[in-house]
Amino acid sequence: MKRIAGIAFVVLGLAAAVWADSTLSINGAGASFPNPIYTKWIADFQKKNTTIQINYQSIGSGGGIKQVTEGTVDFGASDGPMNDDQLKAFQDKHGFGILHFPTVLGAVVPTYNIPGVNAELNFTPDALAGIFLGKITKWNDPAIAGANSGVKLPADDIVVVHRSDGSGTSYIWTDYLAKVSDEWKAKVNKGASVNWPVGLGGKGNEGVAGVVKQTPDALGYVELIYAIQNKMPYGKVRNVAGTFIKADLESVTAAAAGAAKTMPDDFRVSITDAPGKTAYPISSFTWLLIPQKFSDAAKRDALKGFVKWMLADGQNEVEALSYAKLPKEVVDKELKALNNVQ
Amino acid sequence: MATTTTPVPDASPISGSRTFLSRLTDGDEIARAITFVFAASVVLITVLLVLSLWQGSVLARHKFGFSFFVTQVWDPNAGIFGALPFIYGTLVTAIVSLLIAVPLGIGAAIFLAELAPARVSDTLEFFIDLLAAVPSVIYGVLGIFLIVPLMRSYIEPALKKTLGFLPLFQGPAYGIGFLTAGIVLAVMIIPYIISVSREVLLSVPRDQREAALSLGSTRWESTWKVVVPFARTGIMGSIFLALARALGETMAVTMVIGNTPKISASLLASGYSIAAAIANEFNEASSPLHSQALIELGLVLFLLTFILNGLARLLILATSQRGSGMGNA
Amino acid sequence: MNARLRWRKFVSNFMLTMTGVCALVSVAVLFFILGCLVYQGGTSINWDFFTKLPVPVGETGGGMANAIVGTGELLLLATLFGVPIGFFGAIYLAEFSGSTTAFVVRYAADLLNGVPSIVIGIFAYAVAVAPFKHFSTYAGGFALGMMMIPITLRSTEEFLLAVPRTLREGAMALGASKWKTIATVIVPAAYRGILTAVLLAVARVAGETAPLLFTAFGNTYWSRGLKDATASLPAVIYSYALSPYEDWHRQAWAAGLVLLVLVLVINIVARGILSRGISVPRS
Repeated sequence: MKRIAGIAFVVLGLAAAVWADSTLSINGAGASFPNPIYTKWIADFQKKNTTIQINYQSIGSGGGIKQVTEGTVDFGASDGPMNDDQLKAFQDKHGFGILHFPTVLGAVVPTYNIPGVNAELNFTPDALAGIFLGKITKWNDPAIAGANSGVKLPADDIVVVHRSDGSGTSYIWTDYLAKVSDEWKAKVNKGASVNWPVGLGGKGNEGVAGVVKQTPDALGYVELIYAIQNKMPYGKVRNVAGTFIKADLESVTAAAAGAAKTMPDDFRVSITDAPGKTAYPISSFTWLLIPQKFSDAAKRDALKGFVKWMLADGQNEVEALSYAKLPKEVVDKELKALNNVQ
Repeated sequence: MATTTTPVPDASPISGSRTFLSRLTDGDEIARAITFVFAASVVLITVLLVLSLWQGSVLARHKFGFSFFVTQVWDPNAGIFGALPFIYGTLVTAIVSLLIAVPLGIGAAIFLAELAPARVSDTLEFFIDLLAAVPSVIYGVLGIFLIVPLMRSYIEPALKKTLGFLPLFQGPAYGIGFLTAGIVLAVMIIPYIISVSREVLLSVPRDQREAALSLGSTRWESTWKVVVPFARTGIMGSIFLALARALGETMAVTMVIGNTPKISASLLASGYSIAAAIANEFNEASSPLHSQALIELGLVLFLLTFILNGLARLLILATSQRGSGMGNA
Repeated sequence: MNARLRWRKFVSNFMLTMTGVCALVSVAVLFFILGCLVYQGGTSINWDFFTKLPVPVGETGGGMANAIVGTGELLLLATLFGVPIGFFGAIYLAEFSGSTTAFVVRYAADLLNGVPSIVIGIFAYAVAVAPFKHFSTYAGGFALGMMMIPITLRSTEEFLLAVPRTLREGAMALGASKWKTIATVIVPAAYRGILTAVLLAVARVAGETAPLLFTAFGNTYWSRGLKDATASLPAVIYSYALSPYEDWHRQAWAAGLVLLVLVLVINIVARGILSRGISVPRS
């Protein structure tokens, strides 16, 4: 009797699982940085378009690029633009190209934990590069102290913390360092995973934040959203114009606006170290990767509708979750580019 | 097989020779054939896996050859990949975790099997099995927020003070590193040792214990010198299970090991393991060479497991005597 | 009572107490972890948690119903795939095979056991996803099932071999053929151990995330059948725990607690439905 009940239960469960319905289902994969806002957008978009189900999973930017190239998902998302080799691989496999659409802006901030120091520190590009190269080893080094007169920095060794997992955050951070330091560019260069000269590796923002919070004299980098949501102290960074800027939503949007003038048509641009008086130098776009051609017209129209909505109403929702809006110039350009999706 | 089974005389006619048909329909032959297929599929899956890894790492293997095993640099941008620091970290953390988990686990299994009343033993076992189900990311988060501060503030300084003359316990105490990773791994693998060892100990026939006791041994002596050796291969099997888990664990290790591809003599230093490296970088691997190098790391881990298993079996072979009822390893 | 005897008795009591300490430590760790999960996530568990789909951060009332069902489906598929291979394979090793074949199969199982879960995921992707160009619950079950094989195989074999020779010979003396002996005498005698092994294997894969990332993928909605991608508790725990939001952290802890309770329930139900009287008395 028990057996029969057990088997019946299992069969019912499976039956419920196989029950299909008639909504349009779209799969997307990629970056984890914008996962919270994408989830919100999708949910709100669905309220207005109840027959469209968009299932987005944050398996990582590289995973997103791989899966959209393989064809197992309908669109991808990435914190770093696809490089030429990846574009070519997609083109070779499908016979048409793939387009980038920036969605929101994020920033990476230096966070630290120095016993006895509560002030907001100023970091020059040289200081950051020197610390991460392992050449500046103590907190009271003149390169750091020089920008922070009035703050008593201890003579302790700096414990550098970086990301161990390949991530868009690391990509943005190393991209910035490669721009401001020739030595960094030669020795380490930019990438989602690099050969860090010094430091401990933490997994995910959570890992880095955890290590920094618990290790005296630590310096690491995390996404701005993370620092804001977890109320972590982070420092200012000097931008190209010479001002020390603290990252916040306005300074990040300013960085994008500054870069919009010279942006290429395919939107694959790095906006670190952007010009502009109020621009925060370690900012970046994150992109949706949408194939140029769709065999399924319903999916294509649904996705295009989603992107259009995202560029309009969607942008109004981003600040509540600590993302920065796209500047108007970029939005206009994107709406035009959307017509290239057939 | 050690348990000799006298062959069962078949049910066919007394004439002796067995026809093909009779063999085909003979229950035993069918059973042998069916179960053989299942056993063979295990080998098949493993071989397919290795082949898949072999194919998936072709670029990297051709580029690096044997130098992959001895290079200490891991640089995705420069395209230089070497497995040595990861091999070192995997071995060190696995050894540390076994050194902690095996005595604790076998001790607990003995207690549960020999001393605890049946109800207590069953209930506790129920809960210990649950430990195996805790997702590794939760172990990782608990590791970072509970174990690491403990290590950094209390345990590692204490070790440095008492045993600091050994190169094993020198260097700055960050709380993360080989030792912490080994401890977290130990917690994760203990359920396998306890669960399987306990069941094997329970299955040792009562007369073995009683024989020992009747000859005047103390409770402990009968357990340690008679029952445990009888269950020896089962206990070794559980240790194999635990070792395999320790070698392949990714998430929890990567959160507390420091993820620095360097070889250090000190257990307090930050390191890296093969599984952690693959888990960290595979999703975001920027170039085909990078992802293939990671797959080659997976192949290296396979090789490592192969060698370790082989060494362990040799050890068993060398030390096993008539004591155990079964001679399998 | 001479000195040597006193010493031996002392050693006996001491060592047995030490084993008690070992057991205590192990159990204490477990209860500590459970306590942490309850403390951190207990407040997030409510009826919605079990019945609703996830909602974006900042909104209330969401749940993990699809992840719970997804994990249940994945575990079922994994068991259907992995346990028969492990179980029947073990019977072959224990009852029929020669020692070389047995050695090879055991070695292969141990090697398979040591493969990092992410590599299993990569392999399962290549075999069960890439050729079909979509993610599916089947692929996830396949990946998890592969991980269940070694534990089931090795442990079942040990327990089969532990059945006393007297039972086998008794059956044969009564004229039973080999397979009958196995089916009616040996397997029932080893039943308890085998069930433990299977449940341990289930526990092992219940918490795995990496193999599912590229196979079952994940789903913010109800999966439309076993051919579709599905959410699962470990995957949700992973992405929530490493997110910036305190609310999602708490949900991750709650999900961890639910996962453990799920495994506990599976344990209880399985032992309840499937347990039988043991023919070999416990010593």
